[in-house]
This record gives sequence, C-alpha cells and structure tokens, in this order.
Amino acid sequence: MTIVQTSTALYTIASKEIGRFLRIWTQTLLPSVITMVMYLIIFGTFIGNRIHVVEHIDYIQFIIPGLIMMSVITNAYTNVVSSFYLGKFTRHIEELLVSPTPNYVILIGYTIGGVLRGLVVGILISIISLLFTKISLYNIPLTILFILLTSILFSLAGFLNSLFAKSFDDISLIPTFILTPLSYLGGVFYSIDLLPKFWQVVSRCNPILYMVNGFRYGFLGTSDVSVMAGLYILISCIAILFITNLILLRRGFGIKT
Amino acid sequence: MKALEVEKLTKIYGDHLKAVDDVSFSVDSGDFFALLGPNGAGKSTMIGIITHLIVKTAGTVSIFGHDIDENPGLAKQYIGVAPQEFNFNIFEKVFNVLIYQAGYYGIARTAAKQKAEKLLRQLDLWDKRNVIVKELSGGMKRKLMIARALIHNPKLLILDEPTSGVDVETRREMWVFLSELNKSGTTIILTTHYLEEAETLCQKIVIINQGKIVENTTLKNLLAKLKKEIFLIDLKHPVDTIELPNQFKFTKLDDRTISFEVSKDQNLASVFEYLNKNNIHILSLRNKSNRLEEFFIELTSKK
Repeated sequence: MTIVQTSTALYTIASKEIGRFLRIWTQTLLPSVITMVMYLIIFGTFIGNRIHVVEHIDYIQFIIPGLIMMSVITNAYTNVVSSFYLGKFTRHIEELLVSPTPNYVILIGYTIGGVLRGLVVGILISIISLLFTKISLYNIPLTILFILLTSILFSLAGFLNSLFAKSFDDISLIPTFILTPLSYLGGVFYSIDLLPKFWQVVSRCNPILYMVNGFRYGFLGTSDVSVMAGLYILISCIAILFITNLILLRRGFGIKT
Repeated sequence: MKALEVEKLTKIYGDHLKAVDDVSFSVDSGDFFALLGPNGAGKSTMIGIITHLIVKTAGTVSIFGHDIDENPGLAKQYIGVAPQEFNFNIFEKVFNVLIYQAGYYGIARTAAKQKAEKLLRQLDLWDKRNVIVKELSGGMKRKLMIARALIHNPKLLILDEPTSGVDVETRREMWVFLSELNKSGTTIILTTHYLEEAETLCQKIVIINQGKIVENTTLKNLLAKLKKEIFLIDLKHPVDTIELPNQFKFTKLDDRTISFEVSKDQNLASVFEYLNKNNIHILSLRNKSNRLEEFFIELTSKK
C-alpha cells in the first residue's frame, strides 16, 4: 500500500472506532462520568470536608487527578478490548484481515480509538470537577503527556487482552481483578507517605502509582514518586506492548486458525 | 496468466486432522472456476488459507504471481472474498459496511461512496443503504457480502457458497450478476452445494473430497465422461397397462411417472419413438438429477 492508502486505512479504522464509542455514548461515556460524580460527591465533598489537607492541598483537589486517571485507564482499556474482541466474536475482524491493511495500522487504529475515548472521558470529568472545586494546572505539557501516554499504554494492553480472549469472560477478568485493584491502590485516594514503610515499598511496585502521581504532579506540582521514573515506565511499557502486539498479529495469534 | 496457483497445499488441524492434503491446482485469469466437495471436504479451509484467514501447514499459494507469504499486501489487493458465514458488524449500516471495507483497501472516501452506490444499485440494495445489517434478510446479506467483496475492484473474486439460503429468484439474479462480472474480466472461484449453479456458471471444476482433489477438469470434459443419464417422464394417462421394454431400464415410479436410463451410446430419440408407437402421451420430460450431481456423488462417495 502507498502512504496515502495506508493513511486512508488508518483513518478508516480510527474513525470507525471513534464513531462506535460516540454512537453508544450511554454505554461508553456516561457510566464513567456518573461514577466519578459519585466519587466527587462522597469522597470529595462529604468525606473530603473532614479530611482538610493532604500534603497541604484540599482533599478533593488531591483526588481529582487520580479519579481522572482511573477513568482514562479503564476507558482506554475497555474500548479496545471490547471492540476488537467483538470483531473476533462476530468475525467482522475478517474484513480487516483479508485486506492489505498492515498490522501496525490495525494496531494504531484501534489504539487511537481507545486513546480518544480515554481523553474524552478525562475531559468530561475535568469539566464536571470544576463544579466541585477549582482546578489549577501546574505543568500543562506534563499533564497532557502523562494522560496521553497512559491512555496509549492501556489501549495497547486492551488490544493484547483481546488477542488472548476466547470468551466475553476473558475481556472482563483483567479490568475487574487487576486494573481496578491496582488503580485503587495506586494512590488515587491517598498519599503513600501515609502508609507504613512495608506497604510503601509494595506500592512502589505498582506501575499505576507512577502514572497517577505523574499526572497529579502536572496538576498540583507534587508527587509521591519520581515523575521521570513514571515517564520511563510508561514509555518502556508502551514499547514492549506495541512490539508484542505486532508479533502476535503477524503470527495471527488469536485471530487466525 | 494464472490468477491463482496452489502448490502442495496442506493444512493439518491439531496433531493429525488433515483438512487439506497436498493439494495443487491453478486457476487461469478470466475463469469461472468451481471448487466443489461435500461438507468437511476442505473447501472453506482452502479459501481461508488463500485469503489469509487460516495459517497453512505447508505449500505455497500465489495470487497473480504474488506469493501470499512473501508479498501478502499485494496478493490481498487482488482478492475479494465473500465467505460462507456472515461476518459483518451487524450493528453497522449497509452503506458504512462498504465504505469501511473500501477504506481498508486505501480507497478514498469520495471514490468509495461512488463505488458503494454503484454496487448497491446493481445488487438492488440501494434502498437499504441506511438500514443496519442485522435487519436485512438472508438474501440481502448474501448480496451485501458480494458487494463488499467487490468494493475494491478485485481481479479475483472468491465466493464461498454465495447463494446458500437465498430464494430462487434472488439466486437467479445473482447468477446473472456474476456471469456479467466474469464476462467483464473478473476471475471467479465459486464453492457451492447447488451443483446446478456450478453447471450453469462455471467452465472449470475441481472436486475435492477428504482434503484431496478427486477431479480437476473442465465442465465439458466432466460431462463428456457421463456414462448414463436418468430421465423422468410425466404421462398423460396411467401406465398400468403398458409393457415397458428392458432396453432403457424403464421403471414405474407411480401411475403417471416413469423413469428410464439412457447410456452414452443410446439415442434419446428411440425412446420417444417407442413411446409414440405405443400411444403413450408425454406431458413433460426432465433429468432425474442434475448431471453434475451424478459425478459428484460417484467421486465423493469413494473412500
């Protein structure tokens, strides 16, 4: 395929994916927004008013970056895993597989869909957060970089999950049993400085901690862990997942007989 | 120019289930080619390999001279495929199915829309362009599969049971459409269980059974091999009182229906002569089964 044809194929996949999650916005965008509003009301307003300061910052302001990041992670991941697996299940993924679209274009196309859904949800939650408190941005480029890299990473992770998935159960296992616990334990609601030493060490093994804190640093200028370490982790994981997905696609793993 | 060349193709599922067993054949450019065989013979597996949906165990496949392993992108450009099972996104609109498929082949949106409109009009689906796929009838879905396979003007069209489950009228419409398409230069490979369809449309035939080719010839040659044909006659009057000669192996099926066999060295006219002489009035005459069917059963029932 020429560069123009490849770009057309990429545009087609990405626009189809974006169109899909926008068309079913009540299933894709609304639930996350409602959940986060609940978090903001309960943890931000009701309980947060009693926890006056975390690291010299209002509690609600402290949790907002984490809540946004948690939604971005879930939505980016879910978008790709559900869309690609549905394609496998109904076999319409064959439309793509018989075409000359290169594997990397398929991967990037689906990733764009996941990233865009993550970002749309992130933006919606940010706007809604303004109803509860004022948001200041300490470092805008870093904030954008972290949210972008995180959504890319989890879109790629969702793609990998969909390649392995053989049933609908398989696409909900990782979000339920791995992503959600790691997100909750990733410093969304607390600073790890509040934890005993042992649990601080354990928490530092959780990659989501670095993403949440990197993003929070962009908002508030404060982080429990090294921001650069977060960036390194993100970029390394993206590279590993991208290459792994490409190798599996090339082998036809999970998509060819 | 060969549109398709398959050399020593083998597919083994698991440890020892040989779905395709050392198969070699070729399809010339411009052919209307039938790939026939009973259920489980390996036809769909072979099509899956050619279209990159199934990983082969051994052998080579080339599309218009391009090896599918060495140059998959180019080989895929030449192929359009309508698989046996519906594989649409059933929640997508008919028009979008075609537009997206065109996009995967790198066709710009404007050109894709024009081509999609042309195909939908040709296949009588234009009125359904904004309907979501799951609301289409079986026949319409089959037509949409063909339209989708043709959206990028492939030189080789592969149809895996394209008229399965469609009504007679739609089937005939599709035959006319496919015949014209073939006359315009598109090479077509067809698998079907309707042997009448293969006999009507195809010039060349490969019959496979248990993963192996059992016949590879032209339709003309195949039919020339027919040793006998069985005909049915509907009679105006009951035949209870009629003495039937052994010469044509006449058999009474019921009061007004008889069957008889005509071998290659016998003359059908002599049958009519005999019946006429005995004052037996014929209402209609027909083949007991499709001519190809005789061969098919003979070849595929051999173990």
